[in-house]
Amino acid sequence: MEWPALLLSLELAAVTLLILLPIGLWGGRWLAYHSFPGRAVVEALLFLPLVLPPTVLGYYLLVMLGTAAPLGRWLQETLGVTLVFHFSGLVIASILVNLPLMVPVLQRSFEAIDPELRLAAEVIGLPAWRIFWQVELPLVWRTLVSASVITFIHTLGEFGVVLMVGGNIPGETRTLSIAIYDRVQAFDLASADAMAFLLLALSLGAVTLSFALAKRGAP
Amino acid sequence: MTNANRDRLIPNPARRRLVAAALALPVSVAARTGGAAFGEPLRVAAAADLKYALTDLVQRFEAQERVAVRLTFGSSGQIATQIRQGAPFHLFLSADERFALDLAEEGRTEGKGGVYAQGRIALALPPGSPLKADGTLADLGQAIGDGRLKRLAIANPEHAPYGERARQALIHAGLWEAIQPFLVFGENVAQALQFALSSAQGGIVSLSLVKAPPVQQQLGGFDLIPAQWHTPLIQRLVVVRGAPPAAHALAAFVFGPTGRAILAAYGFLPPEG
Repeated sequence: MEWPALLLSLELAAVTLLILLPIGLWGGRWLAYHSFPGRAVVEALLFLPLVLPPTVLGYYLLVMLGTAAPLGRWLQETLGVTLVFHFSGLVIASILVNLPLMVPVLQRSFEAIDPELRLAAEVIGLPAWRIFWQVELPLVWRTLVSASVITFIHTLGEFGVVLMVGGNIPGETRTLSIAIYDRVQAFDLASADAMAFLLLALSLGAVTLSFALAKRGAP
Repeated sequence: MTNANRDRLIPNPARRRLVAAALALPVSVAARTGGAAFGEPLRVAAAADLKYALTDLVQRFEAQERVAVRLTFGSSGQIATQIRQGAPFHLFLSADERFALDLAEEGRTEGKGGVYAQGRIALALPPGSPLKADGTLADLGQAIGDGRLKRLAIANPEHAPYGERARQALIHAGLWEAIQPFLVFGENVAQALQFALSSAQGGIVSLSLVKAPPVQQQLGGFDLIPAQWHTPLIQRLVVVRGAPPAAHALAAFVFGPTGRAILAAYGFLPPEG
């Protein structure tokens, strides 16, 4: 078991989730309640990372953000930031990869709220933030937890994008899945075994929890 | 929905914990990045043929100099590309000096560095392999014809120096065309060896990996391939521009007596051949 890799993966998953939570809540809610031209395109783009091969996403990120690219060079020269082969690049990549697991899922959940419930809350004069906090959030709460758990575990295991954008720098971009790959190449199967089993157990637990929440939430 | 109902759904302690987690996380991240800035670890990228030799060498260096070193292994071509794309490596040990010299010419390194060793290639066989180590690859040629060979692993010749040398040796032996359908490519020479010993009948890899103790346990046998069959694997080390002084210290350590002794133990030839 490579503890620094596990720690790094946990950190990456936590930061990704923390940034995706408000994006998912706000974006999902907004898409659920608003209709606008090009909405289908936005929804398709949000869903795209789920079907796009991770290496393709990683490739484009690398090509756009690498220091050989105009955007990457500009970031480095003006802000002194290099995103590729750095933790921050992994965060950006993970957010993109996990968008489809948060935004569309929460959107469905907000769409399922009975409009009359919100109308009633408005009629009795509740301010918008209280409607959100006291009426909507309790109704999407289970979906939110389930989507968060899946996002978190998914980030722990992401491989293709991380390898492309992050390389394999111990303590910085060498996540759990990269460490497994690396240990296999080094004939260190004991270490690879332990890490693979941990990911297997966590993934199974996450899916089970998510299913259990969905069942309890059903009428 | 009643208040009681709502409170059961989002219990207050859960809310408080969520807020606490939200506040604690950026702090932990800041601590991590801040900690790195304090005594920045030395980031070393090396050709995969050094996977065991350099790990050994760096352990001694860390104990002596009290510097933390982070090792990344890959194919030399892949690492050179990553450095061009902005990978933050301080020191690059290339299995083929061409990749290091190209970076030097582009002004990405501090000078041209130095040659630390020469590499050799070998045919590595898993235990119970139907192939024989006969010193000439003649048996390999026969194995193609009589069906004993199903897969032969080499590193990707496009960007891995050992893959390129394996290709040259197979061309020299007159087997390159015939062996095409049997080749399986590793991303780097370490992966080629892993393929060779786990799912192929053999592979052409670096002597330095074959000599490593963890590999010896998995190995059925090996056969050194004559050095004249391929262009020399001149291994050069360069310090990337802007690297901390510790990078030069590690470079000196590699060139010093301890470094030379460790490299020799793993089957590397001295720089002069």
